[in-house]
Amino acid sequence: MISSDNIIEISNLHFSREERAIYQDINLKVPRGKVTAIMGPSGIGKTTLLRLIGGQLKPSSGAIEFDGDDITQCNRKQLYKVRRKMGMLFQSGALFTEMSVFDNIAFPIREHTDLSESIIRKIVLMKLEAVGLRGAAKLFPSELSGGMARRAALARSIALDPELIMYDEPFAGQDPISMGVIVRLIRELNDALGLTSIVVSHDVEEVLSIADYVYIVANKTVIAHGTPEQLRHESSEQVIQFMQGKPDGPVPFHFPSDDYKKDIFNNA
Amino acid sequence: MLDKRLQSLGRHGVDFITGAGRAGALLIGALKPAGRGLKLLPLLIKQLYIVGVQSLIIIVVSGLFIGMVLSLQGYTILVGYGAEQSLGQMVALSLLRELGPVVSALLFAGRAGSALTAEIGLMKSNEQLSSLEMMAIDPLHQVIAPRFWAGIISLPLLSAIFSTVGILGGHLVGVDWLGVDTGAFWSVMQASVEWQEDIVNGGIKSLVFAVVVTWIALHKGYDAVPTSEGISKATTSTVVQSSLAILGLDFVLTALMFG
Amino acid sequence: MISKRIELMVGLFLLAGISAILVLGIKVADSQLGGNSASYQLTAKFDNIGGLKVRSAIKVGGVVVGRVSSISLDEDFSPNVTMDIDTQYNQFPDSSSVAILTSGLLGEQFIGLTPGFVDEETELLTNGDAIEDTRSAMVLEDLIGQFLYGSNDD
Ligand SMILES: Nc1ncnc2c1ncn2[C@@H]1O[C@H](COP(=O)(O)OP(=O)(O)OP(=O)(O)O)[C@@H](O)[C@H]1O
Ligand SMILES: [Mg+2]
Repeated sequence: MISSDNIIEISNLHFSREERAIYQDINLKVPRGKVTAIMGPSGIGKTTLLRLIGGQLKPSSGAIEFDGDDITQCNRKQLYKVRRKMGMLFQSGALFTEMSVFDNIAFPIREHTDLSESIIRKIVLMKLEAVGLRGAAKLFPSELSGGMARRAALARSIALDPELIMYDEPFAGQDPISMGVIVRLIRELNDALGLTSIVVSHDVEEVLSIADYVYIVANKTVIAHGTPEQLRHESSEQVIQFMQGKPDGPVPFHFPSDDYKKDIFNNA
Repeated sequence: MLDKRLQSLGRHGVDFITGAGRAGALLIGALKPAGRGLKLLPLLIKQLYIVGVQSLIIIVVSGLFIGMVLSLQGYTILVGYGAEQSLGQMVALSLLRELGPVVSALLFAGRAGSALTAEIGLMKSNEQLSSLEMMAIDPLHQVIAPRFWAGIISLPLLSAIFSTVGILGGHLVGVDWLGVDTGAFWSVMQASVEWQEDIVNGGIKSLVFAVVVTWIALHKGYDAVPTSEGISKATTSTVVQSSLAILGLDFVLTALMFG
Repeated sequence: MISKRIELMVGLFLLAGISAILVLGIKVADSQLGGNSASYQLTAKFDNIGGLKVRSAIKVGGVVVGRVSSISLDEDFSPNVTMDIDTQYNQFPDSSSVAILTSGLLGEQFIGLTPGFVDEETELLTNGDAIEDTRSAMVLEDLIGQFLYGSNDD
């Protein structure tokens, strides 16, 4: 089991929020040591999927195997142990607002290791250098731009060199240069440290350029998966629509709703 | 019609009970010895600063004025019986038994409690709590526990400061302004105020209020709907519910202690 | 991580809070904190103790010398009051008397102890002694009654 090629195996997962089903019978495998991308329309449940993997949400049925442990069966204590092997970049960044950028990145290191302050300093500055924010170490999150905050959060999520890093929209709000830097950073971290990465993103080109394997989720399940090369040549209408960004097609752009005309004229 | 009402009653009941359950779990989680005492100390100091030190000014100013008003009102009543010598007793007992614990708890709920709720609600809404969890750090230990202890330590001290300043304010008006004999002011007070009966009981009251207010504030923040509207609602309800809890509990405690 | 200034302010705050408690304890309640200093006990039997309570003061010439420690009812249904007197004041002769007095018109009731005369036969009161000469509380209703009957008799 431990030597399995997949660090995560999600099988027959069902999850719903209130009465609305988000996932129905989704199956997904994340190969170890690779960059796996998850793409899909907004609101389809990509963030939810990452939270399910992190054990913050409980599915109604199905299993999520992470490195041999079934996340869905873990109690609180086991969960905290498993999470030490994960890093997550939140969509909003989620920096601690009452600490400086430096302390934000030092925080997980201070909490989970007994390293001396001088070593911590070196690690933090290295991580900040990697995301191009070493000069901003003393600033507070409120003094950062959205893109900078995201890069700082990225530095924090890799602070402890976890086995698995989940990036929720790492490219959002980045200019082309820092976008390029982050794309390379994700790739390099993955290869140099032998990590596994999951990247959630809408930026089709960037994702296809770094991912080893891609899943496209829609309609409560995986609608296509394969290497970027395979997906480019995918003939399914849904995939073509998503990859080329066409509003009309089998993938609904709208949140599930009643008929538009009916809704508008109903209350007239 | 009746059916609907019953249904909504049932739903409210269930909401209430699950809410209480979550609040209980929050308290237990925050108090469970985490085996990281030393790491908690800096967090506790910081929270003592925010919850305690920053409430000091409003407590001192209010204490002073309430003591002065008590003295003024008391004097006009007592002088009618020629009993203005008992002014010190009246001021001290009202402050120690009632006004000190109750008013400082109310001010604390408005000043520190609402801030705690808003802060934690915001931490929830911008995913700071989630990201703590994902870093394998329990937000109950990291965020809730230090705030809880800071509240429990701060309020009784604030309330003692309130009463002390209030008595000084009473002295200021009664003795320095209205001319009650200073010896009588203190000695009648000293003869009637009891360490156990008045000061310890007042302290117990404010300890109970501290637990309740801090607990409500933290629970409301932790349970807030993570939107700006949800947080503002949670903040309001912290102040309202804490105030009601303070007044209700004050009656119960008074009945138990002095009844 | 935390600035020295914050640590200092928190330290001062804790100090202020604790000194406030001490001020309340010492200056306001005038209690000998911890020093539940040595005392000896005397008893006195009254007909009526009025509103006297446990912890009421025992005063000599207005100075508090002790406190009532317990109140019980004897077999003959007269109240028996036990008083804790500070050992610092142990020079009272057995001819001393006690009376239940009221501070002011509506104030608290306390026991006023009047030290008696001293001659060869008098001894000093010691632990467990009873004071014989007692005067009970004045009960307002009785007083009014006496006043009414008294004026009828005239
Ligand atoms: N706390 C919540 N309570 C109820 N429903 C929620 C909650 N959070 C998300 N949802 C719903 O779950 C669905 C999936 O949300 P999720 O955040 O996973 O989407 P997403 O795929 O990450 O979208 P985006 O690309 O816009 O970030 C959405 O339709 C949303 O309405
Ligand atoms: Mg998302």
